[in-house]
Amino acid sequence: MIRVQREDFDVGAEIARLSGSGKVGAVASFVGLVRDHAGDGETVRAMTLEHYPGMTERQLEAIEAEARQRWPLEDCLIIHRHGRLEPGERIVLVITASAHREAAFQSCQFLMDWLKTKAPFWKLEDTPEGGKWVDAKAEDDSLAERWQQRREDGCLPTDQ
Amino acid sequence: MKVLYFAWLRAKTGIGEEEIDPPAEVADVAGLIEWLKARGPGHQEAFKDLGVVRCAINQDYVPLSHPVKRGDEVAFFPPVTGG
Repeated sequence: MIRVQREDFDVGAEIARLSGSGKVGAVASFVGLVRDHAGDGETVRAMTLEHYPGMTERQLEAIEAEARQRWPLEDCLIIHRHGRLEPGERIVLVITASAHREAAFQSCQFLMDWLKTKAPFWKLEDTPEGGKWVDAKAEDDSLAERWQQRREDGCLPTDQ
Repeated sequence: MKVLYFAWLRAKTGIGEEEIDPPAEVADVAGLIEWLKARGPGHQEAFKDLGVVRCAINQDYVPLSHPVKRGDEVAFFPPVTGG
């Protein structure tokens, strides 16, 4: 399931919701937060996340479908927030539930890596020098690509 | 045809969305960009470096060589930075 929303989410409640079935033996989760500094060390007072309504949901659904195809997941949740967020606030939550831990760990990392390069969100940092659009990182592209390369070799990222 | 701009492309063009009717010779995304650049200095500035412009048609990523047609929803935006 995917959700795109302005409001915060309750990590514990969401994990509990995905853990109810007796088939689930492992739940992995990732929470992304707003930092108080930019990549160059500059102070970040807040961050505004803009997105492309409609395409965002389509892309997140496609990413979830891809993960479900690659790993035996009992359940899967992606929540991504938009709007103005302050340092320490939660931005994104990914939870994966499976019978065993490997599938849960790997699919959770895969979902974040793919989401970073495919979901149409953009971050505007509010710094003492004004608003600055965050640039995409080449590192994020290579983290996503390793899953592309290993698609037919049992899903493991190349560095494992 | 509806054109959407996001993030700094919206800031540079000064608009989030516009309804356009390009001539028939505008056949693909690259051609559309050339045509849009003639709409003003903001558009010209937004499309100055195509290496940092991504395009989606009807909400799917497409390359600059992808055809465009009447009724399409075309979106231009920088590389994404969510997560």
